[in-house]
Amino acid sequence: MHNLTVAELIKGLKNKDFSSLELTQHYINRINSSELNAFISITEDEAISQAKEADKKITQGDSSILTGIPYAHKDIFCTKGVKTSAGSKMLDSFISPYDATVTKKLNNENMVMLGKTNMDEFAMGSSNENSYFGPVQNPWDISKVPGGSSGGSAAAVAARLSPFATGTDTGGSIRQPASLCGITGLKPTYGRISRYGMIAYASSLDQAGPMTQTAKDAAIILNAMAGFDKHDSTSANKSVPDYTQCLEDSVSGLKIGLPKEYFSEGLDSGVEKIVMQSIKEYESMGAEIKEVSLPNSIHAIPAYYIVAPCECSSNLSRFDGVRYGYRCEDPKDLNDLYLRSRSEGFGEEVKRRIMIGAYALSAGYYDAYYLKAQKVRQLISEDFKKAFNAVDLIMGPVSPSVAFELGSVKDPVSMYLADIYTLSVNLAGLPGMSIPAGFSGNLPVGLQLIGNHWSEELLLNAAHQFQMRTDWHKHSPAES
Amino acid sequence: MSLDHKKVKEIAYLARLNIEDTDIEQATAELNNILSLMDKLGEIDTGDSEPMAHPLKMSQRLREDKVSEDDLSEEFQAIAPKTGKGHFLVPTVIE
Amino acid sequence: MTWETVIGLEINSQLRTQSKIFSGASTAYGSKANTQACAVDLGFPGVLPVLNEEVVKMALRFGLSVNAAINKNSIFARKNYFYPDLPKGYQISQFEIPIVGQGAIEIPLESGGNKIVGITRAHLEEDAGKSIHDLYDDYTAIDLNRAGTPLLEIVSEPDMSSAKEAVAYAKKIHALVQYIDICDGNMQEGSFRCDANVSVRKQGEGLGTRAELKNINSFKFLEKAINIEVERQIDILEEGGSVVQETRLYDSVKNETRSMRSKEEANDYRYFPDPDLLPVVISDELLEEIRKELPELPTEKKIRFVDSLGLSPYDAEVLTSQKEVAEYFESIIKQGADAKLSANWVMGDLSAALNKNQIEIVDSPISADELFLLISRITDNTISGKIAKDVFKLMWDGKGSVDEIIDKQGLKQMTDSSAIESIIDDVIANNPGQVQQFKDGNSRLLGFFVGQVMKASQGKANPKQVNEILNAKLS
Repeated sequence: MHNLTVAELIKGLKNKDFSSLELTQHYINRINSSELNAFISITEDEAISQAKEADKKITQGDSSILTGIPYAHKDIFCTKGVKTSAGSKMLDSFISPYDATVTKKLNNENMVMLGKTNMDEFAMGSSNENSYFGPVQNPWDISKVPGGSSGGSAAAVAARLSPFATGTDTGGSIRQPASLCGITGLKPTYGRISRYGMIAYASSLDQAGPMTQTAKDAAIILNAMAGFDKHDSTSANKSVPDYTQCLEDSVSGLKIGLPKEYFSEGLDSGVEKIVMQSIKEYESMGAEIKEVSLPNSIHAIPAYYIVAPCECSSNLSRFDGVRYGYRCEDPKDLNDLYLRSRSEGFGEEVKRRIMIGAYALSAGYYDAYYLKAQKVRQLISEDFKKAFNAVDLIMGPVSPSVAFELGSVKDPVSMYLADIYTLSVNLAGLPGMSIPAGFSGNLPVGLQLIGNHWSEELLLNAAHQFQMRTDWHKHSPAES
Repeated sequence: MSLDHKKVKEIAYLARLNIEDTDIEQATAELNNILSLMDKLGEIDTGDSEPMAHPLKMSQRLREDKVSEDDLSEEFQAIAPKTGKGHFLVPTVIE
Repeated sequence: MTWETVIGLEINSQLRTQSKIFSGASTAYGSKANTQACAVDLGFPGVLPVLNEEVVKMALRFGLSVNAAINKNSIFARKNYFYPDLPKGYQISQFEIPIVGQGAIEIPLESGGNKIVGITRAHLEEDAGKSIHDLYDDYTAIDLNRAGTPLLEIVSEPDMSSAKEAVAYAKKIHALVQYIDICDGNMQEGSFRCDANVSVRKQGEGLGTRAELKNINSFKFLEKAINIEVERQIDILEEGGSVVQETRLYDSVKNETRSMRSKEEANDYRYFPDPDLLPVVISDELLEEIRKELPELPTEKKIRFVDSLGLSPYDAEVLTSQKEVAEYFESIIKQGADAKLSANWVMGDLSAALNKNQIEIVDSPISADELFLLISRITDNTISGKIAKDVFKLMWDGKGSVDEIIDKQGLKQMTDSSAIESIIDDVIANNPGQVQQFKDGNSRLLGFFVGQVMKASQGKANPKQVNEILNAKLS
């Protein structure tokens, strides 16, 4: 049952091959016996009652296509009455009093939330080693990281603990763990999915997205997650097409650009081999491959690691032990309350980024850092604009390497450098995907697809066509 | 741009973070390491580029002026670390 | 040694919208603590701001009223600092590009004439909550009802050179924001707050170091606070010391300013554009729409009162200084009453009665229509001006309408010439000595005769006719 895709589960529920309750129980059992640490909270009781409700609605004919489908929800989304921790001690005790818009939308479909997945604290990290609740193991090799920050979600889907999961991506946090865990992940155009109730890391970069087994599943879930939200000023007032409509279109004649800067030193040869193999596959489908240049992509790292910390240093100021969350014991005065609650509640990486941000915004440094970074952002954006004049999609690697050893990367800067292929996409607000493309030394390698603004249909189409011809997406470390 | 311990402590305080004296050495080294990465920005010629605050060319949408929120103070205060008489409580602040 | 004072005012006016600037919670005053603080106001993780359209319109109304430049693309910025009544740890404000730019307003000077005071800018921001220190011994209690209330911060140029000028400016702005209906001007409730930046310098020198005065909630205290601060600064400088740039609180009981004891050094606010909000774009159409909807502004009204109604600039100033007073006055004039006479009554008897009873004109027991009637009865000679004062008092006490009172009290003026003549004949006959003195040249005695006639007629004889007939008979 657990190897069925969402599309297949939808059919199965419709045909009464199983009930939502059976499905849910099955996944809950798998989650309970898993040692991957992919979940922070397992909402077993709520899931059971949601499943029963879903089955009732299906029987009454009062259901939508996603009714009764179970999912895992990244613990960055506020869920009313349920602990929402963002992977942090700061919110370990936080029972959210309200639902994020994404949560509401999925609830409206009467879906079943299995639990809240583990993540790098406040979405800051690329390995899920920065969680207060312990690291997550890569289901392909438990000595390796699953990637981050949506490591729990990626591991859960890869290990078939859930048919799909929600994730968020600020600098690659959906695409990179999807790549390292061999699943499909989509970060849509900035503004496509509401950020209301999604605990903010870097407001101008954060986007939610589906993490699934297949592109088709991603399209189905995107249909449910996307849409204008009046509670989010940065939400785009653009209608949501049916993303499943164009999946079957042919990609013959599709112009694919390969950024020459993405294939230079630093890229693991095993990864490069898989990526090139995938490109050949597209060629055989009739796509036209061209070289493009994104000359400013190398600058994405300093630009991102200024913009994101600046925004997060301010976004995280609300965590002060006053209205919710962690408060230190017996604060003796206001300063003590702030200093100890925040120092004890935040992990090291979070504190580092807050400090970088505070410094970069401080008097005298704003022009040299934040303003300059935003100018570089403009340049990066223009690079993509130029490239998309010549090609329809851009493809390349997601990560320079496959999943690395847990605990092996201790230097923050080394960790940051590995984000090189994903950061630009967030800076430009473009949609991007990672799809399973093969293995290098038994570990998954993802192929990145990048589209122009609002080109999710094309991305999903291209991804789906690849998945019609290959079966990398069917591989799972889970037994059948 | 290299930070010294004093500056690191100042920045930490700006963000209301505490760095113990035993950790200040490492914290300073880490921050300087990251800063040297950020300083690469200075080498880039951005010409007369406009700073990009948002990836999409949108302007601020306006909301109708009407009351749309109910009083949920009880629920909200139920999850607060310390409340009393309907207020959030902090150690006495001297102004 | 001549010292010059340089004053700039920062006025925070709460905009009288229904809901908050970035959330849909109510802005009503005086509710139970924290009952009007929604998730967005409390800064829960994941919440986001959405801008209230009325706030934008109100800011534009103000900008147009002071002939200010309007920034068609303005940006909200975050002002970052930690304080328990600031839930997000930052205040959403405007920094580099405020919605309203450079403008100016005219203030009346005590010496007569006017002075132009520049307005540097006016920007939108959200108010913080309230910290209450006396609810508990060991805790400060936080009420976040006020958090998120929209504020328009109006910053003047340092163009004022005396406390009186500063008060005149503050009063002008106070009247204006009420005129254009963006603020209720209630200083007691905190809807209108003035901070003063005060410095002194010797004539001819550059700007001195300024101190910012806060915690001033009345015009009277504004004047006192500035004066006492100027004294303090001059004392320091004359002794060879230097003024520290700091924030000082005004203590109205001791009439002194005190340095705000804060444990931190000057705050580094780390302003940057708020990434949760987008640029506020003002279309030409919107601006035109708002311009069209602007009521006649006090300055325009004042000019009209002088030019069309023939009132003195002083009278016009007084009558236009408050919207409600101007409205009251105009509704009398609209019905055809004499402008000068009406002005005298509104500024004189009515104003005195309102002040004595501490009532605002909107709560006046005598409505504009009723006062119009009273004035008409003077103009149509039914009663004299003097008698009218008595009628006014009775109307104030609710003893009936103008005509009812005149009737009941028999106060109708005597206009029958022969009746008046008859009284005058009696007075002349009974006061031969004074008649002789008058004829001998003591013309001031006319007043005596008039008085006698008034006495004899219980004040009802028409003064004009009395004067005419007396003059005729005594010459």
